Amino acid sequence: MINIAGHHRILSHDTINKIATLILWASAVITISFLVYIIGYIIIRGIGVINISFLLDSPRMSGAEGGIFNAIVGTLCLVAIALITAVPIGVGAAIFLIEYATDNPVTRVITFGVECLAGIPSIVIGLFGYAFFVVYLGLGFSILSGGLSLMFMILPWTVRASEEAIKTVSMELKEGSLALGATKWQTIVQIVIPGALPGITTGVILGTGKAIGETAVIMYTAGSSLLLPHSIFDPVRALPYHLYILVSEGISEDMAYGSAVVLLVMILIINLMAIGIQKMCNKRMK
Amino acid sequence: MIKLLENETIEIESIDINLWYDDVQALKDISIKLPKNKVTAIIGPSGCGKSTFLRCINRMNDLIKTCRVTGELLCGSTDIYGKDIDVITLRKKIGMVFQKPNPFPMSIYDNIAYGPRIHNNLNKNKLNDLVEESLRSAALWDEVKDKLNKSALSLSGGQQQRLCIARTLAVKPEVILFDEPCSALDPISTTRIEDLIGKLKKDYTIIIVTHNMQQAARASDYTAFFLLGEMIEFGKTKIIFEKPKQKSTEDYITGRFG
Amino acid sequence: MVRDKYHNQLIQLQEKISSLSELVKNAIKESIISLQDHNVEQAVDVIKDDIKIDEISTQIEIDCMRLLALQQPLARDLRLIVAIIKINIDLERTGDLAVAIAKVTVAIDNEIHIKPLVDIPRMATVVCKMIDGAQRAFCESDSDLAYDIAIFDNEVDALYNQVWREIMTLMIENPHNIRNASQLTLIARNLERMGDHVSNMCESIVYMVTGKRVKLN
Ligand SMILES: Nc1ncnc2c1ncn2[C@@H]1O[C@H](COP(=O)(O)OP(=O)(O)OP(=O)(O)O)[C@@H](O)[C@H]1O
Ligand SMILES: [Mg+2]
Repeated sequence: MINIAGHHRILSHDTINKIATLILWASAVITISFLVYIIGYIIIRGIGVINISFLLDSPRMSGAEGGIFNAIVGTLCLVAIALITAVPIGVGAAIFLIEYATDNPVTRVITFGVECLAGIPSIVIGLFGYAFFVVYLGLGFSILSGGLSLMFMILPWTVRASEEAIKTVSMELKEGSLALGATKWQTIVQIVIPGALPGITTGVILGTGKAIGETAVIMYTAGSSLLLPHSIFDPVRALPYHLYILVSEGISEDMAYGSAVVLLVMILIINLMAIGIQKMCNKRMK
Repeated sequence: MIKLLENETIEIESIDINLWYDDVQALKDISIKLPKNKVTAIIGPSGCGKSTFLRCINRMNDLIKTCRVTGELLCGSTDIYGKDIDVITLRKKIGMVFQKPNPFPMSIYDNIAYGPRIHNNLNKNKLNDLVEESLRSAALWDEVKDKLNKSALSLSGGQQQRLCIARTLAVKPEVILFDEPCSALDPISTTRIEDLIGKLKKDYTIIIVTHNMQQAARASDYTAFFLLGEMIEFGKTKIIFEKPKQKSTEDYITGRFG
Repeated sequence: MVRDKYHNQLIQLQEKISSLSELVKNAIKESIISLQDHNVEQAVDVIKDDIKIDEISTQIEIDCMRLLALQQPLARDLRLIVAIIKINIDLERTGDLAVAIAKVTVAIDNEIHIKPLVDIPRMATVVCKMIDGAQRAFCESDSDLAYDIAIFDNEVDALYNQVWREIMTLMIENPHNIRNASQLTLIARNLERMGDHVSNMCESIVYMVTGKRVKLN
């Protein structure tokens, strides 16, 4: 091998480069293989029980027979409550932090609080939800208690994603709007939020994906009723919790795998939606 | 100064304006009278406070928390920094076009309609007329009339800048502040915008900051030279560019420092 | 210093104007000496050397155009270039007038002048002094000096009137004098025109320094 630089190296740059590429490839392949293996295993184990009635029937015999419709409904209700509350609060907080708050202790405490919230283990949030919503506010095991507890899970995501998205809206655009005589609030509503929307949406959707799979928060707050809820004050059983019970109480492994497949597909759809929305927004901007 | 402007109506008058960013003084005792329906150019080396002064006039400096202003700035007889002044009304009256074209990420039509929609409830027809009128005045109508619903970001830089001018015109201001409006544009777009400024002065009072001496010489009636936060010289553009009174003005415009 | 190259070019232009006026001054001096000495050879040299004057003059014009087009000068620089363009024309014309004098010398050949040449050389001396002064005023941007120099044109005019009256008398006395007389009037006339050109140059210098447009004769 010709050594142009004249240094005595054991390995030439070229060789190092090749080895590094190989290692990176290997890591990627290993990651993907695990993913494929897990998903594949679950799908193969679970696909057998999936059919229309599995999706649309209520569970019978504690879930050993029938479908998982009630759990799907439960999950959707919980997520809906969580989103309806988390998005306005999160976006509002982000707007406040970026556009209004000056750099003072209060702001720093809020920012720090948001950081911490993101780091709290879900079981602790579940416990808090139980103590606060279920017991203290007397909401009992209910969609409302569960949804509000879930809100705490996704709130930091929403705030952070919104903050980042709002920061990307350029000062020039804001000045352009203000210079036309728009108020700060008009500027936020008409320029900042639309500009930040793709980022906010993506953050929210990814947060939702996290919320859907969440079990610990829901266990102590939403209850485990297998009945269809009639109002937000009724208890429900969320899909991941249903899965947990099916396995831990040895009710039906097949049903558990079936539920897992449904859960995976829901999360997949949500992620695809995030990508789709981002693409759509980008196109509209251009 | 009195003799210089004796045949002019004064639109904006600043009296001993001082401005600080934190404790750094960016403007020192600026006193200047800006005549109505004329183009006044502000020239000076980078960092001398041209943009700062311009942004005082429509109070864009309010956005900067560290910024502090003393002195009097009159628009007609109202004090721009007076207690009871409504910044929104002020900015409606004193429009601004920025250095970098900054169209909103929406359609061409919506860009122009943005201001009018904020300020008054026009019906659909009136709004259409206003959009067309503004685009025409900004010499952009013929180029965009078939694609009003296309995104404003699809326009060229020069078209975007004219769009920004049209957007400002749609609010029907009395004064338009231009902060280096051509610095990001090619010579042809620059010429168009200069022509446009020449036409607009019939109806508006125009103040333009520029680094291009020839542009200032071509486009303006009066010129003010700023240096290190002070106004060194103000006079008829013809005179400033042929025989300025101050040596530093002459040195600057002949490129002997900077 | 920014735009160094451009400012060096301006300085070079000023130097070219100086050498041009030097050449023109010499042409005037030599044309008058050859007239006095009936030196046809020297007169022919003056006529030939005019090519040099024309060359420098053309070069100055080209330089000015380039600077105007490429540098778009303003204020002091703009006034300087405008002044140079005008001074250049005046100097070139003055050179042509010297050539015209030399041509008369060639035509006169060995013919005896109808009168001793006193006032004509004196006119030439004044004109040369004016060119010298104008050149100094130009180099030193001295508008006061330019004003002073322009006043000498009156002296040239007075001498011209004197010469003209004298020659008229001689013509009336003796029609044989007419040929030489008209040649000498032509020469005096040319010298008088030179004085006008120099005072135009002084006007340009005053404009260059003060930005004021004045009429000095
Ligand atoms: N937001 C700010 N905070 C602190 N200092 C500032 C701020 N904006 C401007 N300055 C300072 O004020 C001075 C004047 O700035 P300004 O932007 O008015 O200059 P300018 O004449 O417009 O320069 P340019 O020609 O480069 O645009 C500069 O020294 C600058 O550093
Ligand atoms: Mg600026």
